[in-house]
Amino acid sequence: MAEATGSDHRSPIRVLVTKIGLDGHDRGSLVVAAHLRDAGMEVVYTPPWQEISAVVKLALEEDIHVIGLSCLATDHLLVPKLMDALREAGLKHVPVVVGGIVPDEDEAILLAAGVRRVFHPGASLQAITDTITGLAETAFSADDLR
Amino acid sequence: MTQKTAIEPPASSQPGYDLWRRDYERQLADPRPVTNRSGIEIKPLYIPADWDSQRYAADLGFPGQPPMTRGIYPSMYRGRIWSQRQLVGLGTPEHYNRRLRRLIDAGVTAISLIPCNSVYRGYDIDEVDPLLVGTCGTTVNTIEDMESCFDNIDIGRISTAMNDPLPFTLLALLLGVARRRGIAWRYITGTSNQSDYISHFVANHMFVRLALPGARRVLVDHIAFCTEQVPNWNPLSVVGQHMQQAGATPAQAMAFTLCTAILYVEDCLNRNLDPEQFLPRFTFFFDISISFFEEIAKFRAGRRLWQKIVRERFGVNSSRARRFKFHAQTSGVDLTRQQPLNNIARVTAQAMAGIFGGLQSLHTDAYDEVLSTPTESAAQIAVATQNILRGEAHLTDVIDPLAGSYYVETLTNQMEEHIESIIGQIDDAGGMFKAVEQGLVQRMINESSREFQRRVENAEQLVVGVNAYQVEEEQAVRRPLERPDPECIGAQVNRLSRFKAGRDQNQVGKALDRLAAAANRPDANVFAAVVDAVIDGVTHGEAVACLRRELGFGEPLIVA
Repeated sequence: MAEATGSDHRSPIRVLVTKIGLDGHDRGSLVVAAHLRDAGMEVVYTPPWQEISAVVKLALEEDIHVIGLSCLATDHLLVPKLMDALREAGLKHVPVVVGGIVPDEDEAILLAAGVRRVFHPGASLQAITDTITGLAETAFSADDLR
Repeated sequence: MTQKTAIEPPASSQPGYDLWRRDYERQLADPRPVTNRSGIEIKPLYIPADWDSQRYAADLGFPGQPPMTRGIYPSMYRGRIWSQRQLVGLGTPEHYNRRLRRLIDAGVTAISLIPCNSVYRGYDIDEVDPLLVGTCGTTVNTIEDMESCFDNIDIGRISTAMNDPLPFTLLALLLGVARRRGIAWRYITGTSNQSDYISHFVANHMFVRLALPGARRVLVDHIAFCTEQVPNWNPLSVVGQHMQQAGATPAQAMAFTLCTAILYVEDCLNRNLDPEQFLPRFTFFFDISISFFEEIAKFRAGRRLWQKIVRERFGVNSSRARRFKFHAQTSGVDLTRQQPLNNIARVTAQAMAGIFGGLQSLHTDAYDEVLSTPTESAAQIAVATQNILRGEAHLTDVIDPLAGSYYVETLTNQMEEHIESIIGQIDDAGGMFKAVEQGLVQRMINESSREFQRRVENAEQLVVGVNAYQVEEEQAVRRPLERPDPECIGAQVNRLSRFKAGRDQNQVGKALDRLAAAANRPDANVFAAVVDAVIDGVTHGEAVACLRRELGFGEPLIVA
């Protein structure tokens, strides 16, 4: 398993794994959440259909380091709105990654809106874990992660 | 996961066996055991010691006769070919109607209606973000919308399968259109595809609308209503597809589906419905993975088990009531974003497994569904794949053509035994309703989906383009996406407000009161009240919202 937390004096990386919009397919988010937990992260997992405001609230209240969104049925179209809402709430520094069915032309739109990485079908759990670890460690100092 | 060990045949009984075994072991490249997705160990060779034709009568019999292994009809595809039912649904009702008429002109007789995700979630399109309206299905909220969907289409002559979770507002709207057109309901044929609330609660949360107890009651109301008033409609489709897509193994998916069907039969019997009437209208819906022989064995074993369950648990003996009619869809989980055209080959193999498994209806996936909502050109290839398999490949000449294969019969028996042991686990937990209330089924599915992912990551399960045979792909320009025109969606939202403003508000208010009252009176039929309500102008979203207030909102139990 990955050494997700880097050196062991730190407290774990806190990840919010969630779904916005209307879709309810959650095999992907469940598998990723379980793997991140096994890798030593603290995972806040929500049912699907979260309102954007609810995601922002959770990110604030739960001291989230990285937000992971699973989008399989066009709900990624709402992600730019989420990015705006995070910015307005002063959470611009919290990295957001998206996994699921995201057409190429939309991936560019998501990246331009500030999404750090889009994972497509076939992405390995190791790659997802490593990316989240790297993003958390870059965005937050050791103190933040303590 | 249960590990089944393959039984060693008595070596002495087969001349040449010892010699083969020695030579085989000498040439063996990889000594690791081979197991299928359900955890059954697969031997390199099957011989009469595993299965022989002395078991013919007990294991197979004849098509259309118990134990039904060879198919549910005496003539199978020689008599009637499977229905080629592709999922169709995009954009506005007018957009859907145009696409449907092109399909009907091309000879299609069985159609489907896939509504927009907002409809699935129980909302009208004015209740959700306009960005998401019509991107995954058709926006149908009112009786006018349903009229437009089937404009110039004879709904009394075409079989319509609708993705229509309870409380079945789409069927209610269709029955409303039939009444307006003077078509008797007995001519309305098709299937309520998303009637299996257990599979929604456990696996595909997209369709969850009502809390479990309310859902349980409304489903039986719907079956009772259709049995009496829409006798040629299939009110129930028990869905193993959701469970398998969510990660259940093929054996688990079959077992959970049969357990769910047992629950629904018990509930119908408790309502004093006649099993000889409702059982012939029960249908099933399964996933077909690319695990070719395992899927064939799954379907043959499931067919044999269902007829046995109906006889042994419910004492129903007629062949008609014991038929295991099923629709199947090729599995999207096996498709890859990498080298997406390879998916056409995968869909072909999956479809063949379903055909050899004896399906009654088939949807082949478009190769590009991993990239986006399928494009029309990719959907055409999916249709052509079925045409080629049906018309060119001679797959349909012989009924149950793999019967008598030592391997297929042994595997069918092993899958049956494995499925029965999982059914036993659910029985021990108090039956399917209790098992999902407690999260047992959800946990079993989660474990299997993690195990599958582990096998893919370790390349124990090879996936071409993902963990093997990767090629450098150009970030090629893929074909443009078909997205609903925002202007059309805007116009559709305006049309909905005009519809709402133009109704007899007094009549609508009374209809909603009657719906709420029916929900609170155990002797009333909630689905009958939904039908009356939409005929009086109540919209889809209003009917669902009313029942959510009265019967409770459906929160799935997610075991994360």
